[in-house]
Amino acid sequence: MPAIGSGMTAVPPSVPGVDRNLDTSGHAAAIDVRGMNFYYGDHQVLYDITLTVPERSVTALIGPSGCGKSTFLRTLNRMNDLIEGARCTGECLVEGQNIMDSSVDVVLLRKHVGMVFQKSTPFPKSIFENVAYGPRVAGERNRAVLGDLVESCLRRAALWEEVKDRLGTSAMALSGGQQQRLCIARTLATNPKIILMDEPASALDPASTDRIENLIGELCANYTIVIVTHNMQQASRVSHQTAFFFKGRLVECGPTMKIFTSPSERQTEDYITGRFG
Amino acid sequence: MSISAGGAGGLVSFRVGADPYIRRRLRISLVFKWICRLLTYSSLAVLGVLLTSIIVKSLDRLSFDFLTSYSSVDPERCGILAGVWGTFWLVLLTAFFSIPVGVGSAVYLEELAKDSFFVRVIRINLSNLAGVPSIVYGILGLTLFRPMTEFLSGLFDGRHAVNVLGLFRLRLMRLEIFDGCVLAGALTISLVILPTVIIASQEALRAVPSSIRVASLALGATRWQTIWRQVLPASLPGIATGVILSISRAMGEAAPLMMIGVLTKTTLCPGGIESPLQLLRSPGRILSVPFDQFTAMPVAIYDWSKQPDPLDRFASVAAAGIVVLLAVLLSINAAALIVRVRASRNLKW
Repeated sequence: MPAIGSGMTAVPPSVPGVDRNLDTSGHAAAIDVRGMNFYYGDHQVLYDITLTVPERSVTALIGPSGCGKSTFLRTLNRMNDLIEGARCTGECLVEGQNIMDSSVDVVLLRKHVGMVFQKSTPFPKSIFENVAYGPRVAGERNRAVLGDLVESCLRRAALWEEVKDRLGTSAMALSGGQQQRLCIARTLATNPKIILMDEPASALDPASTDRIENLIGELCANYTIVIVTHNMQQASRVSHQTAFFFKGRLVECGPTMKIFTSPSERQTEDYITGRFG
Repeated sequence: MSISAGGAGGLVSFRVGADPYIRRRLRISLVFKWICRLLTYSSLAVLGVLLTSIIVKSLDRLSFDFLTSYSSVDPERCGILAGVWGTFWLVLLTAFFSIPVGVGSAVYLEELAKDSFFVRVIRINLSNLAGVPSIVYGILGLTLFRPMTEFLSGLFDGRHAVNVLGLFRLRLMRLEIFDGCVLAGALTISLVILPTVIIASQEALRAVPSSIRVASLALGATRWQTIWRQVLPASLPGIATGVILSISRAMGEAAPLMMIGVLTKTTLCPGGIESPLQLLRSPGRILSVPFDQFTAMPVAIYDWSKQPDPLDRFASVAAAGIVVLLAVLLSINAAALIVRVRASRNLKW
């Protein structure tokens, strides 16, 4: 049997803005998960996950379907609360506070930890109203403030130039890739520190995927990003750190270059080289 | 021209009827189509005959005059004025009660309630309630709403109210025997249509993709904000259609109203309002509408149809009433269609 790492292929170059050799050990932890177990009713989905996400970096969660990575992502802003019978034990520290605590206001948490979904879900409203929605529900009423915010968020999401002349038109008329960038802009508008992305490009064509990846490279200078992806190449291109999930357990977590060139675990290598999953 | 494929020998033929088995199947499907067509058009034909006979019959009496006259023993001067206004106020009050209660219940059942045993029982029984004959609700109205409104109107009645507010002048004209008032009628009719309103609203809410709710919550919106700003606007076309169709059904209800004892031959419009102009001139009269006796279009029509008349002239009065009722119903349904088409233009997922 060959040694671990011998079957690895070349790692594709990273997108601009993502320095995979960045030493994040000096970064404070944006998210610190300790011993998390997660259950849907009696069915345990996550087993004893311990993982630290350094701030202002990209962490990719990879693993085969049903391995629990999306569930894990959704616990980070308590979106699993919406599912009846979901239960979670352990600790998850964000800004030094355990967000699993029942005293946590999920509305405040979700403003701090934004989320972008696999399927772009623009509201059936205008482009402007889509981006302004987060600030509006948080109580912002001033048109001028909202206008500035919408522009800056659309710029940061690399969408401004394409839509600046038609902010009042329906967001439903945008292309799939534009809709997804709109959803990112909408998330930025609530001024989060952390952005969770659940397979943000899996429903997009290669050109749109490319734009989203480049966008992640730009955003990671100011935001902490956790991204779930099925695309191994994408994980290696956009992330500083990669975590491999398998059957509800965190098999391995480390710098992306190490995971993709010399993983410590056989399972990780088998998955990355496409031997299963 | 025969189309035969298969080249030289013509072994394979695509000609119609080439295969006897397929020919037989084709014949069966053709027969089936014609049976369905016949069934559809036969019911349409019956409807056509009905409508034509009613319209023809109504021509004797149908005129603008018919809309502006009260019911009378003289079929030549008999009109539907009181019925039109009675139905107008009845429908308005019914909407006032049934829309908030119906939509609110639907929002609770679909969006907020946990899936408990009790909630499940309610959900299942809503469709049963929608199937309950309206006369049953009439009995409920008679035993509950009529005494209730009688009590309420007693509170507002009397000289003091007249002197203080100047709005209850009409109370002095109150009849000795208290008949069902507009409020009692509207509450009863609300009960009749509530299950349908709730079910239609539930369907509309269910049609809103859950991704919209999740996305809204993920942006830091509360449940209330998510429902009020995203789910309700997105489901509005469906809810509006359901509500409008339910209300048009409410307009045609006669049985529950007769159960609570509304007037038949009355020369009173609720609040004494006989024309839109009067309504604008003294809007204060609206306040006395809920406690006034009234008649509704279907009740008036039923009454006319039983009116003994050697020359059968009341038949044309009833027919004219039916035509007016149908015209109003059709225009309301058309409004529902327009609302749905216009509002759903922007909603595609």
